[in-house]
Amino acid sequence: MPHDDPDHPHSVLPPEPALRVKALETVLARRGLVDPAALDEIIDTYQNRIGPQIGASVVARAWCEPDFKAALLADATPVLAEMGHYGRQGEHVVVVENTPDRHNMVVCTLCSCYPWPLLGIPPGWYKSDAYRARAVREPRRVLADFGVALPKGTSIRVWDSTAEVRYLVLPMRPPGSDGLDAGALAALVTRDSMIGTGLPSAPEAT
Amino acid sequence: MTSAPDPVFEQPWHAQVFAMTVHLNETGLFTWPEWTVRFSAVLQRHGLARDLDGGDDYFLAWLDTLESLLSDTAGTEPGEIDALRDAWRRAYLDTPHGTPVRLPQRDPSGP
Repeated sequence: MPHDDPDHPHSVLPPEPALRVKALETVLARRGLVDPAALDEIIDTYQNRIGPQIGASVVARAWCEPDFKAALLADATPVLAEMGHYGRQGEHVVVVENTPDRHNMVVCTLCSCYPWPLLGIPPGWYKSDAYRARAVREPRRVLADFGVALPKGTSIRVWDSTAEVRYLVLPMRPPGSDGLDAGALAALVTRDSMIGTGLPSAPEAT
Repeated sequence: MTSAPDPVFEQPWHAQVFAMTVHLNETGLFTWPEWTVRFSAVLQRHGLARDLDGGDDYFLAWLDTLESLLSDTAGTEPGEIDALRDAWRRAYLDTPHGTPVRLPQRDPSGP
């Protein structure tokens, strides 16, 4: 690296795409199309404030409050908006419930649409060609790769996200969690369990 | 594919290009469905030669999409972007380590 080399005491040269991004930003700033402070705010929001903990709190509340759960399953977008979780792109959120008969799994086969306001930025594997192609074709094998084995009688429904509709899986409340409050329950809700590639943690495992 | 926790953005430029796109969408330069149509097409094209792993290659597709979208909607010229990219490269190479890197006030590609 240049900064370790006394013969090259200049700043560390960012990779080529980073320079292209800087060039784009410079052009846009000169035309008054971007406000650097707004960019910092967006990055801070997704890096520090929005993440799977928001989806987990929604799931835990649905496990505790039957009326809330019914409203969420009927039409999640206004319920979530009331809690302050807006889709920045004006998209609708659909919550799909796992049952003993049906397991739900979410993918975006075309790009990487994802419920940002509830889960933040998707993990790398969600954006990979491998997941996007295989989730629809062989969901049970994909689940096995994630260490999830469903009972034979459980069918799998794969939901393909779009620019307009994003899905959140409402996983089944884990057995043995009866006495837990919403805060303790939220700690059991993993990101992957809300994408459908995982299950919530068992209470004793936390 | 694993379920190990990932950093939100692996590289600072991933965050930067993401934020620029979200900002430009919110200020009305393009709609999100317009973005996803273009982005899907670029991902598909990039994925023909090899499987994309969803990391750097994903954001390279994102950057290509934004560059072509801006050239169509904001009239940015490829030559203008290339010249500024080169100006930024020179600025990094000319700036001592530890000093904030800035473009010279009047660079040759300036308006």
